[in-house]
Amino acid sequence: MMRWTARDIGASLWITAVWAVVVLFVVNLCGIIGSVVTSSFASRWLRSWFPDGYTIKWYFSAWDEFQLGDVLITTFQVVGAVVVLSGLFGVPAAYAMARRDFPGKKALMLLFLLPLLVPPVTFGIPLATVLYQSGLGGTMWGVILANLVPTVPFVILIMIPFIEQIDPRVEAAARVFGAGTFRMFVYVLLPLLMPGVLASLLLVLVRTIAMFELTFLTAGPTSQTLVVALYYAVFAAGVRAVQSIDAMAMVYMVTTLVWLVIALRYVNPTQMVTRAKQQPGR
Amino acid sequence: METRLPLSLRLAARGLDGVTLLVLPAALMLVALFIYPFGYGLWLSFQPKDGSLLGNYLKFFSDAFLYNTIGTTLALALPVTLINVFTAVPVAFRVRKMKNQRVLTTILVVPITLGTVLVAEGMLNYFGPQGWFIRALVSFGWFSPGEIRLVHNYWGVFLSLVITGFPFTFLLTLSYVSGIDPALEQAAATLGARAAARFRHIFLPLLMPGLAITFCLAFVQAYSVFPSAVLLGAPAGPTRVISIAAYQAAFEQYDYPLASAIAMIMGAVQLVFVIAVLASRRLFYRGPAAGGKG
Repeated sequence: MMRWTARDIGASLWITAVWAVVVLFVVNLCGIIGSVVTSSFASRWLRSWFPDGYTIKWYFSAWDEFQLGDVLITTFQVVGAVVVLSGLFGVPAAYAMARRDFPGKKALMLLFLLPLLVPPVTFGIPLATVLYQSGLGGTMWGVILANLVPTVPFVILIMIPFIEQIDPRVEAAARVFGAGTFRMFVYVLLPLLMPGVLASLLLVLVRTIAMFELTFLTAGPTSQTLVVALYYAVFAAGVRAVQSIDAMAMVYMVTTLVWLVIALRYVNPTQMVTRAKQQPGR
Repeated sequence: METRLPLSLRLAARGLDGVTLLVLPAALMLVALFIYPFGYGLWLSFQPKDGSLLGNYLKFFSDAFLYNTIGTTLALALPVTLINVFTAVPVAFRVRKMKNQRVLTTILVVPITLGTVLVAEGMLNYFGPQGWFIRALVSFGWFSPGEIRLVHNYWGVFLSLVITGFPFTFLLTLSYVSGIDPALEQAAATLGARAAARFRHIFLPLLMPGLAITFCLAFVQAYSVFPSAVLLGAPAGPTRVISIAAYQAAFEQYDYPLASAIAMIMGAVQLVFVIAVLASRRLFYRGPAAGGKG
């Protein structure tokens, strides 16, 4: 017969408390997102649990008021350029870092780690100063360059372990059979690297759509991305109907989450944050 | 007579050849866009408008409106980071044993992905005076209407830092916890150690280095809080954090030297904190977290 001791009861209380924290967190998170969704469809919502009626008119008014068409085009131009450029800069660098051992490699590794460890606001203000003085501040190229600072190291750090696990003898075999550098790259290396490149670039895409600080500090009126436009809308709340802002927030949320869902087919959620994970004490 | 190898071969022997050069574009780009701006900002911070060397720093530390931001930011970042880390550890230990981890980790990655601006807008609805959260508390009879306020004050920023910071801390902790070999725990259990003793003597020492890094990353992020301090806080008073001061100096007063000085002070506070945490890490065990042979 099972007998409950004080220790057993303490242990199950502890387990219940831990799960209660998780449930509380998830419920409030759903509430936060759910209230944006509900509000964006609400015809009138004052002093009640749920709106008086539902409508989709706020999406049309948000589209006009906030010029969401232009903002979305800018967003995808910036994000597309950042994704392509961080692939072009990051993947070859990761290949060199994974395959060669050279003097100064540790210092270089530190250079690639720092932009991920230093928060964007801290390096964003000096960076914005430099960009404004060189005339790039406020332009789309300024925004793209600023966004590359964290994304290139991000691609490098994801790709290094990925490249290391590809057997170098595969490349050697291609050489033996007479493939030049170009043919080896196109027919051997690229297909092997593709899953890693795809995963890292999808993560870059999601992170760049949501990157507020760097874009905010470097963008001018014509180079705002969706998240910065959303910030200004929330900042000036009271000028527009709250449902209109929420409709815009929904457009932003859908844009981000679609890519997140695609990205999660290729990567584990924990990879979203463990980009800067190092071997401790080495 | 000694024959000298061609330069390219001697370099290749040290690991410098065509492949190594592939690292150059990325390295040069980061030097230009990360190292140079930092150096330039540091130089600029010693070129204040009044012409003296330390003018900006003297101005910062003599104006309460400016130097108080260090304390205001610490009062937000430190409690939030401690709560996030100390909640993340027990939760990560439970989730470690879960079969369907992926459902929970996917839910938790959503607020990180959506970012602080969207969370702020959602929180203005949800925690606002007419929001579901306050309504629920009032209908439970715990508070009367209008008794508590959770937005446009300290607590608004605090809650937003928990909502975006906890998932980050948790996922990082989970990856460290999963890296500890379960055989070590089983060995301790076989030898009769209770759960609390196993945690205290087996897991905690192995987890400490990872936890120190998690703590540093979470603190540094919370210390540079910006959009939620403006949108959910009281940016003129109780939540005037240091990044707001830097932003206003740069983009409202166009005093780039002062803004650079504030950014350098912000970086310095973060650096001091990180060094303190990582130095205290040396007091703990450092070694492999995997058991077995070898």
